[in-house]
Amino acid sequence: MDKLKPNEKLDIRNILQDLENYRPSKRGWVWRDKREIELGQFKFKQASPSLKNYTPLQSAAYLGGIDPQPDAVITAEIASGRFEDDIRRMRMAAYHGADHIMVIRTAGQSHFDGLLEGTPQGIGGIPITRKQLRAQRKALDLIEEEVGRPINYHSYVSGVAGPEIAVLFAEEGVNGAHQDPQYNILYRNINMVRSMVDAAESKKIMGYANIAQIDGAHNANATARDAWKVMPELLVQHAINSVFSEKIGIKPENICLSTVPPAAPPSPDLKLNLPYAVALREFFDRYKMRAQMNTKYMDSSTREATVTHVLNLLISRLTSADIQSTITPDEGRNVPWHIYNIEALDTTKQAMTGMDDLLSMVEIKNSGYIYEKKREIQERAVLMMEEIIELGGYYEAVEAGMFVDSGEYPQRNADGISRKIDGGIGAGTVVKRAQDYMAPVTAHYGYNNVAQYGEDYVDDPAKLIEGSTFEKPEKIQFIDELDETDNVYLRLDETEKYRNTNLIKPEVEWLADGVVTVDLFFPVGLKVAVEAAIQAGKNMNLSDIEVIHKESLHPSEGTRVQIKGRVNFDIDIDKLTIPEELETISEEAIFDYVKKNPIKVIAGTGGDDEHSVGIREVLDIKHGGIEKYGISYVYLGTSVPIEKFVDAAIEMDADCIMISTIISHDNVHYKNMQKLHDYAVEKGVRNKIILIAGGTQVTPEIARKNNMDQGFGRGTKGKHIASFLVEKHKELNKK
Amino acid sequence: MKERNDDFSKRRENLKDLSDKELKKYFYELADKIVDPLVKMGFDNTSKSIERSVLLRMGFSSLECKGIVDLLSEHDLLQKGAGHCVYKIAKDKALTIRQAGIELGEGKHVDYLKEVFKLYG
Repeated sequence: MDKLKPNEKLDIRNILQDLENYRPSKRGWVWRDKREIELGQFKFKQASPSLKNYTPLQSAAYLGGIDPQPDAVITAEIASGRFEDDIRRMRMAAYHGADHIMVIRTAGQSHFDGLLEGTPQGIGGIPITRKQLRAQRKALDLIEEEVGRPINYHSYVSGVAGPEIAVLFAEEGVNGAHQDPQYNILYRNINMVRSMVDAAESKKIMGYANIAQIDGAHNANATARDAWKVMPELLVQHAINSVFSEKIGIKPENICLSTVPPAAPPSPDLKLNLPYAVALREFFDRYKMRAQMNTKYMDSSTREATVTHVLNLLISRLTSADIQSTITPDEGRNVPWHIYNIEALDTTKQAMTGMDDLLSMVEIKNSGYIYEKKREIQERAVLMMEEIIELGGYYEAVEAGMFVDSGEYPQRNADGISRKIDGGIGAGTVVKRAQDYMAPVTAHYGYNNVAQYGEDYVDDPAKLIEGSTFEKPEKIQFIDELDETDNVYLRLDETEKYRNTNLIKPEVEWLADGVVTVDLFFPVGLKVAVEAAIQAGKNMNLSDIEVIHKESLHPSEGTRVQIKGRVNFDIDIDKLTIPEELETISEEAIFDYVKKNPIKVIAGTGGDDEHSVGIREVLDIKHGGIEKYGISYVYLGTSVPIEKFVDAAIEMDADCIMISTIISHDNVHYKNMQKLHDYAVEKGVRNKIILIAGGTQVTPEIARKNNMDQGFGRGTKGKHIASFLVEKHKELNKK
Repeated sequence: MKERNDDFSKRRENLKDLSDKELKKYFYELADKIVDPLVKMGFDNTSKSIERSVLLRMGFSSLECKGIVDLLSEHDLLQKGAGHCVYKIAKDKALTIRQAGIELGEGKHVDYLKEVFKLYG
């Protein structure tokens, strides 16, 4: 397939073509190339090389456009229910620094006994199937080439079909996966024996394919009533899964602990979270940390969630994070939207870059409160493990309801999750392997009597069948679609009108979903404001109106309400007038040129025009005007007669006249431009002096039509004018 | 578990004199004790999903895997390994692995397997 070009949209139909023959470009997890980097005027210590194509933070516009990439792999969780729409979001996420794309599964998949096929639509996630995985991996193979950095693709190896999913992932080039049998047992009520037996096989396969594993311990603090009280148990859960995984054959550097700072403000966040983070990293220093953001205390305020997440990032920088996951700030109110995935990524990139090399300046004390608290958490965890063994082992402890109790161990509140050893989904389905049990494949865990067919095969059982799909991917059977009424082609047909045509619609997650947000303030209390907001939505002709956020500013003085709703119109982009884009050159190039070739400007508002705010903005150094670049100017004031501009320019030997003209009544702005040109011609200086007109009603086209060298309208910055002046000055000098 | 007050200060008696390093070492000793029986269980047992994952690796589709494994399970043959059963048919009947699996999925060769694996009597 052709390479992606930044100025061209990704064609989903192209991705879907010839999928049955597509093979992923590689297998296994990739860490970032951690190193010190130098970018612009700065050095970054905890960093990795910049991308080939990217969208930097806004502030980068003032810092030479740099986009420093942190050292940690950064995750975006993307799963809207339609994988084809998610692909576009993945591309946007990669531009903002994501190199770990995690796909959430549709509700119910973990209880499905086998693999799903085709491309049905999902709920709260997507059905993970071979076709969907292959399409997304294929797209990511293209996207990683576009941004110039490998992208890790990730989903879940859990439920009652774990081993099959692990095989699927190894075959389809999935690089990371959640795998933790404790998650199955505690939260999905899948039989514990079945979960453990399946997990052994899944882990063996993941180890073979170098798939990074993320555990599920963090779910305990999402579930427990007071999240920070399960800290000791979190250490225990991490230990069980990590040690189990290592014994099966996953390399320690691919075993990642999913850790979330359990508390959030208004609790004293760092006092609760930091000792825990230290305790964890001290005990588990041979494994990797996947730092996730807190979701437990999120509600509808995206601002509040973002602040909590920045505090979480502070913990990551004060301790460590090998994978930094991001939670979208809208997760508390809906399935994440495009813009919030990007906001979460930018928050992470911004905060991690901002806190670069923090530990070279501050250090965590090894005494007092933090030491004692850390040690206490560790001791409580050890005590919990002692009791698990006393009870007879893991299964007995789960039966006893020891896990996810809301008391801080050893305190117990008798509200833990209890599962029966012979209960749950898949109970009694484990089969003891016979003495002549055999499996002629690669990466199979456990007893395998291959020797009965010859000692030659013991080290390579797949030799019995001349290679398994892991060695011979051409043996993989590809199923396209199973459901004629629910598949990607039907969904694409539905929105075809908006794909590569002149029609667009506002969108939050799916192409042309039409959803918009309206942010409102009403000078009344909460209850009335909410109804007023819904009425406002109706008056705006929105449909499917829902209140997504409300916050009281004062019980009677005012309330903020955000609503979402659908618009029922299309925008025809062919009918839009798109203003000409002003070209700019780099700040360094401007400085450099002006230093060697001083440029002097005469400026003022022309004719009977007193509006001087705009022109001051593009002149003054404090607003980033042309003065900033070393261009000198003489400001003649307001309502300057047109002739006076030219006379002053001759007298002061200026290179340019900038005339501001706001009033457009009776086309006086056109007339003044023409008058300025005519007078300069009359004085014989038109060839030497650059004439520029600016103002809210001015466009480059209008100005040039009226014999100006250039015109500048709304949104003009000093940099635009300075760039033009430098280029034009060069041109005149040549002549 | 029964309700219980926080008796941490009493329980920690045997831990309080351990150095940080010793505490960590002890933590992993306990982890080993908890995990080892689980690993052993994984070593000795199999499941429908594991057997389907073996067949996937042998080049069967998910639908074919399901058919074969359900059938073998019904006839108590999973203990031998689903991949083993397919391999055995292919080898003894001079079929390709795929042919053997497809025919088995159609219900053929079950009696043969029961016989060679001595499940009768």
